[in-house]
Amino acid sequence: MSRFDLHGYGPLLLEGARLTVYVGVCAMALAVLLGLIGMWCKFSPSPLVRFVVDTYTTVVRGVPELVLILLVYYGVPTFIQDVSAHFGRNIYIALDPFTAGVATIGFIYGAFATEVFRGARLAVPKGQIEAARACGMSGPLTFRRILLPQMMRFALPGLGNVWMILIKATALISVIQLPELMRSADIAARNTRKPFTFFFAASLIYLAITIISNIVQHWAERRAARGLRRA
Amino acid sequence: MEILIESLPRFIGATWLTLQITALSVFIGFCMALPLSVLRVSRSPLLSWPVYAFTFYFRGTPLLVQIFLIYYGSGQFVAQLEAVGLWYFFQNPWFCAVLALTLNTAAYSTEIFRGGIQGVPFGEIEAARACGMSGALLYRRIILPRALRVVWPAYTNEVIFLLQASSLVSIITVMDITGVAGEIATRSFAFYEVYLFAAALYIVIVYGVLWVFRRIESRLNTHLQAEAL
Repeated sequence: MSRFDLHGYGPLLLEGARLTVYVGVCAMALAVLLGLIGMWCKFSPSPLVRFVVDTYTTVVRGVPELVLILLVYYGVPTFIQDVSAHFGRNIYIALDPFTAGVATIGFIYGAFATEVFRGARLAVPKGQIEAARACGMSGPLTFRRILLPQMMRFALPGLGNVWMILIKATALISVIQLPELMRSADIAARNTRKPFTFFFAASLIYLAITIISNIVQHWAERRAARGLRRA
Repeated sequence: MEILIESLPRFIGATWLTLQITALSVFIGFCMALPLSVLRVSRSPLLSWPVYAFTFYFRGTPLLVQIFLIYYGSGQFVAQLEAVGLWYFFQNPWFCAVLALTLNTAAYSTEIFRGGIQGVPFGEIEAARACGMSGALLYRRIILPRALRVVWPAYTNEVIFLLQASSLVSIITVMDITGVAGEIATRSFAFYEVYLFAAALYIVIVYGVLWVFRRIESRLNTHLQAEAL
């Protein structure tokens, strides 16, 4: 039992876990939003728009998350500083770790969500859209009433996967000192000199988040398919 | 810009290290995943459950935790590790990095291969059985080659993921591309130039590896292309 004594750092870990889930949810919301916009751009008639969104998904999926986090957190403020100095001004913007973390993780997984939504959009039969148009629905109304509810059924397994990868990727924000689960475990490990105990405890909390997510995903997928006839 | 040109030799060395760590982990992970996936589909729970527990743990926790558990966590067991003569290895960040990446990719690959094995049409297995094949011969000649072809695209994704995930080893002081970029950036304050360069380097490597794996894929499916003609 002594090996799994948390030396009073249990609440710190739970606080870290809360922040991890919070960061994850915010980043996921951003990713879904970007994914929907990205999907819409992928079907745009304008080749320029399609080129931009293709570049986005290609580039983001080719660069490690860690490099992008460091690039945004350290690179963006210095870039703004350099550009403003070029125009004879001195603007200094410090990004806080939370904003930088959520923005970067959301931006990265927005690219993955774009591909998920693109696939889901293609899975909805064309006749559905034509029928909606024939009923006199406008573009946005068709999207909201016809396309989105049917797309969700196809998109949910993919989005579930994105969430699973995303929540684990939030551990990387600990390198820019956001006190989420990983960082809290690190602090506790340093202070007590019991690194194995605390990193193992942290891993079990991540495992618990994964298990709960699995259950929620299963429930959501069943709910999205509730209108489906089964033989 | 001068900083980038000056530090080009260091980036070349770092690229080599990134490729080396990734290739080594992919290779050992692949060799582990093949037998593990066979055990995973075993009907005996005594064989399949330990493998499932292993893949569940390594797929359900972040790689960073796994790296820290092995590199920093081993520090809690110095006496025991010294007693069995393993402390020398666990002191070395390069060793810990390769170990963590290997276990991680082995877990993901095992589940990918499991899907492939279960996807082999039963008629083929029946036919092989009728020809008198069983056990190891059946796996070696029929199931594994067939499964590998089916899962190759998914396995390609896993390799790409691992290649990018190898950037995490920089956090435990291994001087891969990200590690070198971080060091040069903090010393020169040229943050965005250096990190953009590192990002570009990764993109080139990632799409290079992707190209190689696509080539292997078309090689694996040559017999199907001939049929299509």
